Amino acid sequence: MQNKITVENLNASFGAKQVLHDINIGIEKNGITAIIGPSGCGKSTFIRCLNRMHEVVSKARVSGKVLVDGKDIYDSDIDPVDIRRRIGMVFQKPNPFPTMSIYDNVAAGLKLNGINDKEILDKTVEESLKKAALWDEVKNDLNKSGVSLSGGQQQRLCIARALAVEPEVILFDEPCSALDPISTSKIEDLMTGLKEKYTLVIVTHNMQQAARVSDYTAFFLYGKMIEFGETNQIFKKPKEKSTEDYIVGRFG
Amino acid sequence: MDRPKLSFFSIRRSKLSGDFIFEAVVGLFALGVIVLAFLLFRELLIESQLSWNTFGMGFLTGSTWDPVSEIFGALPFIFGTLVSSFLALLIAVPFSIGIAIYLSELAPEKLRTPLSFIIELLAAVPSVIIGLWGIFILAPFIRDYLAPPLSTYLGFLPLFQGPMYGLSMLTGGVILAIMIIPITSSVSREVIMTVPLQQREAALALGATGWETTRIAVLPYARSGIFGAVILGFGRAIGETMAVTMVIGNSPRISESLFSPSYTMASVIANEFVEATSKLYISSLIEIGFLLLLISVIINIAARILVWKMFKVEGGGRA
Repeated sequence: MQNKITVENLNASFGAKQVLHDINIGIEKNGITAIIGPSGCGKSTFIRCLNRMHEVVSKARVSGKVLVDGKDIYDSDIDPVDIRRRIGMVFQKPNPFPTMSIYDNVAAGLKLNGINDKEILDKTVEESLKKAALWDEVKNDLNKSGVSLSGGQQQRLCIARALAVEPEVILFDEPCSALDPISTSKIEDLMTGLKEKYTLVIVTHNMQQAARVSDYTAFFLYGKMIEFGETNQIFKKPKEKSTEDYIVGRFG
Repeated sequence: MDRPKLSFFSIRRSKLSGDFIFEAVVGLFALGVIVLAFLLFRELLIESQLSWNTFGMGFLTGSTWDPVSEIFGALPFIFGTLVSSFLALLIAVPFSIGIAIYLSELAPEKLRTPLSFIIELLAAVPSVIIGLWGIFILAPFIRDYLAPPLSTYLGFLPLFQGPMYGLSMLTGGVILAIMIIPITSSVSREVIMTVPLQQREAALALGATGWETTRIAVLPYARSGIFGAVILGFGRAIGETMAVTMVIGNSPRISESLFSPSYTMASVIANEFVEATSKLYISSLIEIGFLLLLISVIINIAARILVWKMFKVEGGGRA
């Protein structure tokens, strides 16, 4: 397997509280890697370290290395803004910009990059919405507010918004936890389609979801990575006792 | 975003329980405010009847204010109040929004509380003190240092023509701006702080810089609340009396130049009420008071409607 991201000895903390201890993991290129574990195990913090979003919160600290294509994103000469352009993120709660239309939401990232050519914008907005499987539902309402959509549509709008800036990696932080099963399955199908072009990392505490969509799974507990391997192996033949206990539902 | 209303009546209880008494007492307090406002309005209407009967609409359009021959027209005062308040907003709004953004987004954690406290303290300075400072420091400063470059470089505009003696519309506007910055900036800051972290993160995750995040995620989300803060400041400016009376020059005329002295509605009432001897004179001053109240009410209602119609943000901050 070819790694897009290699994490070495990653530690993260909020103030005095350390939330991640010595994480080492490789994220496969053009694959879906799922991070599972009970609430508070540090899985959200972990993926927020992958695009330098962790440090946005005050008193948050990170040490260790996160190599993307071999280059450490925590090097002092790296601008976090560039990293976030290359590594997009979709959040737990759909968060479209409420004052912007559907079109402007998708175009927001491009405009930040100084692209104002109407033709390019039109084309990218359409393509991104198609990739996010939302185009058919909204093509006649592009000027409507982004928050007029249903929760599932809003989340796909956020995915389209992230796709529009052509990231290399997309991080999903429990993207379906606020959605109904139909919307959830749409987003899962979407992710499977996206891995051809992108590298995906998904945090979820829905184990079945991890089993359904991911190629690799990492199990986190109390800020430590307990086990990492192919999804099949993790769910069928876990090596660690606690992984098995979690997967069969003895705790969590 | 409507929060569910909890009605005391929906809770089963016997009559005259503690809840009932509590509700009756606080309800009475609330009613008291409404009654007071109504009585105030009624009194102003009755007392200004004489002036209204004498001058009719001419009171609004007349620009002569001559207590000796008892000819009263309120236009210069309406003009003075509106222009000085508008000028104040023009100066105060950029400052206030800048202060609010700095305090909520950029300032180091340790500085935020003390800085906000100091700015709010500015609102607690008695207006007569600000007025004194205006007479002795601000007016000479504007006369000597601000007016000359304005008339040199922007003198082609009628706004900056004519002699400048210190006490002027411009000085009044600046004083008012200083007085409304604390309220406008602190309300804006609170509104900006209610913008959810998720909105900021949405922008950051697209690769927005700090300023871009503020521009595309924070300010649009907070716009209705910031607009409300601005209107609150405008209301303050319109009603402010003491400080502006001390620096605006108190001369009832309508001039295109911001350098010439002016007079506001609140100032004329404060200055002349004691010496108003005739019934018509008093009644005219009261009518000015009535108009002042009316203008505030109209602006506030218009602002509400505007917020509802134009700036509505679903799930966004409220004014």
